[in-house]
Amino acid sequence: MKKVAMFIPCFVDQLTPEVGLDMARVLQRIGYDTEFPDAQTCCGQPGFNSGYWTDARPLAERFVHVFRSAEVVVCPSGSCTTMVRNFYPELLARTTLVGEAVSLGRRVFEFSEFLVKVAEVSDVGARFPHRVAYHDACHALRELHLKQEPRELLRHVREIEFVEMPYSEECCGFGGTFATKFSMISSAMGETKSGNAESSGAEYLTSTDPSCLLHLDGVLRRRRSRVLTIHLAGILAQTEGPGGPARLNPAPERS
Amino acid sequence: MSSAAQEFLRAAAIKSVDLGHRQTIRRAIDHYEAAVEHTRGRFNDWEAARQRCHEIKWEALNHLGRYLVEFEGRVRARRGHVFWAETSEQAQQYITDLALRRGVRTVVKSKSMVTEEIHLRPGLERKGFKVFETDLGEFIVQLRNERPYHIMTPAMHLTRSEIADLFTEKLGGVDSDDPQGLVAVARRELRKAFFSAEMGVSGANFLVADSGMVALTTNEGNGRLGTSLPRIHVAVTGIEKVIPRIEDLAVLWPVVALSGTGQSLACYNTLIGGPRGPNETDGPEEFHVVLLDNGRSELLADAEQRDVLHCIRCGACLNACPVFRTIGGHTYATTYPGPIGSVLTPNLHAGGQFRHLPFASSLCGACTDVCPVKIDLHHHLLHNRRNIVGSAKGPMSEQIGFKLWRWAMLNSRRFAFLSLLARVALRVLYRLGLEGSMIDPMRPWTKVHAAPRIPGKSFRALWREQHGTS
Repeated sequence: MKKVAMFIPCFVDQLTPEVGLDMARVLQRIGYDTEFPDAQTCCGQPGFNSGYWTDARPLAERFVHVFRSAEVVVCPSGSCTTMVRNFYPELLARTTLVGEAVSLGRRVFEFSEFLVKVAEVSDVGARFPHRVAYHDACHALRELHLKQEPRELLRHVREIEFVEMPYSEECCGFGGTFATKFSMISSAMGETKSGNAESSGAEYLTSTDPSCLLHLDGVLRRRRSRVLTIHLAGILAQTEGPGGPARLNPAPERS
Repeated sequence: MSSAAQEFLRAAAIKSVDLGHRQTIRRAIDHYEAAVEHTRGRFNDWEAARQRCHEIKWEALNHLGRYLVEFEGRVRARRGHVFWAETSEQAQQYITDLALRRGVRTVVKSKSMVTEEIHLRPGLERKGFKVFETDLGEFIVQLRNERPYHIMTPAMHLTRSEIADLFTEKLGGVDSDDPQGLVAVARRELRKAFFSAEMGVSGANFLVADSGMVALTTNEGNGRLGTSLPRIHVAVTGIEKVIPRIEDLAVLWPVVALSGTGQSLACYNTLIGGPRGPNETDGPEEFHVVLLDNGRSELLADAEQRDVLHCIRCGACLNACPVFRTIGGHTYATTYPGPIGSVLTPNLHAGGQFRHLPFASSLCGACTDVCPVKIDLHHHLLHNRRNIVGSAKGPMSEQIGFKLWRWAMLNSRRFAFLSLLARVALRVLYRLGLEGSMIDPMRPWTKVHAAPRIPGKSFRALWREQHGTS
């Protein structure tokens, strides 16, 4: 069986574990053996993006060590994938690990990218009888150039009604520490995005990045919107078959 | 935190909830984007055009000294004057002194961001000169006593009826808010200024080295009137505007027109190489070019961010920026707002006040995608952040925060344990309905978001239950 290592972003691990479980379920369904190297923590992006490169660097080095023996790494976040593939070469430029970091970057894939480009699967056998809009997460779109891959996967889901929302490429306003340092701007951008999702008539707003969705979920629920958020893996994980009936509630447990 | 940073937060908070503003800007930019989309189809290969522009600017900047001296020599050979200004003060002083010496009373200006950068209009007005902005948008914001909202579209934030009200109040003779009528009112005022002015000040879109020409682009023809009717013409511009060859304009002119306004070519593209010649009937008696450095040489010395000087001031990155669209151009309180401003301003002289700007971005990268000269804008925001944290240091709480973060993340058991404690605490807090309260450590988040649902178990715990340890 082909083997993939899962890179589960730190905030997915702690705040949205269902995203990781759903990704594993889909990967297993199409014939991959999934492993979770549990020494992993954080790729270092929060420090890197905030200017604290000296604090982020040891975490990047650590990440390279943890995943050095993995043949292929799959991550349910375009942003964290971008950190490793696009930014590690710069962050680790003057270290002895730079060569290994570059080579690891070529083996790390965002989830939808992995399915469509590496596994060459567009139909993962999912069923999701709802109206769904897709938000282009910035890092997936502009750093990894993934525009069609998630859409192709969505179009192959049974009984889904996929709709394009207006301004789907516009940033949702999350931006890491930007969301707390400049929360008024961030939430206003989230409101704009929410309004566009609502105007599309979608029941669910999906994306490749759980960080955008965490932000949008907070904004949408705050404005008592009817639109729910769900990660792409959450949609693709749902089947009628032995995987169990469709789970409409994206979070397995709510407090 | 600098006072400029505090002012930024205050202004951003107001504009972020101003839905009328958001709608006006969205409408203007939708219109612009549709025009860009349409006109881009006239390029055989837009990406190749961008690449060519990038290479022209790259070549110019990597031989900047040579091309500037070549330009200077050709201008001087035609009896033009060239003044090298190291700072804004020097540039402003050269122009005000010239105006005083030549007995100038009235100055007409065409649109120029460098004149904003050196605060030329207030400088001239303090010395008693009458100064008229002749670009329609600039004329409008001058009447409102505001800075330009946008580097290409200075009055983007105003609706037609607001402009009609402004003209009625300040100028009179307005009978409707029909655009042609409003333009006629402005023209009536501006013609008087054009005919009375002794000095015309312009910027420059490009300085052409091999022919010693200043290339000037406008859509209203005001640049031509203002540089040919008055007896003195002063062109003020940054040293980075030089390009090697006149043929380079064949790609730069259409590219700047497309990126700036969605046009295939701007209405008036003028090349000016000197004062009126012996057998010529038109043109000024004196021609001056002021070349401004103001921190640009230092930026040129920074190999990492040198390409910021490629900027041709088209304003495309402002239009593409969702932060700009939310907070508006005035909130930045800088000469250059939007992404290019956030990259450039902290690197210009006296940029220390504006160290907050590189952080006021979600790093979405839309700016980099549209930049016609391929400046790596959003990555330069990251570089600026690193430089600022490295030299000026962030707030103490943030420095400690990131040290703790690093310590926690260097060991997976430590990370799992500390996160568990945090989750348990938050679950208790949120069950008690205390989200967003003063004791909520997530308050910066929960004051604008519904509290996140905190799961009882982490992914790693759930995985271990299902699969055992790996």
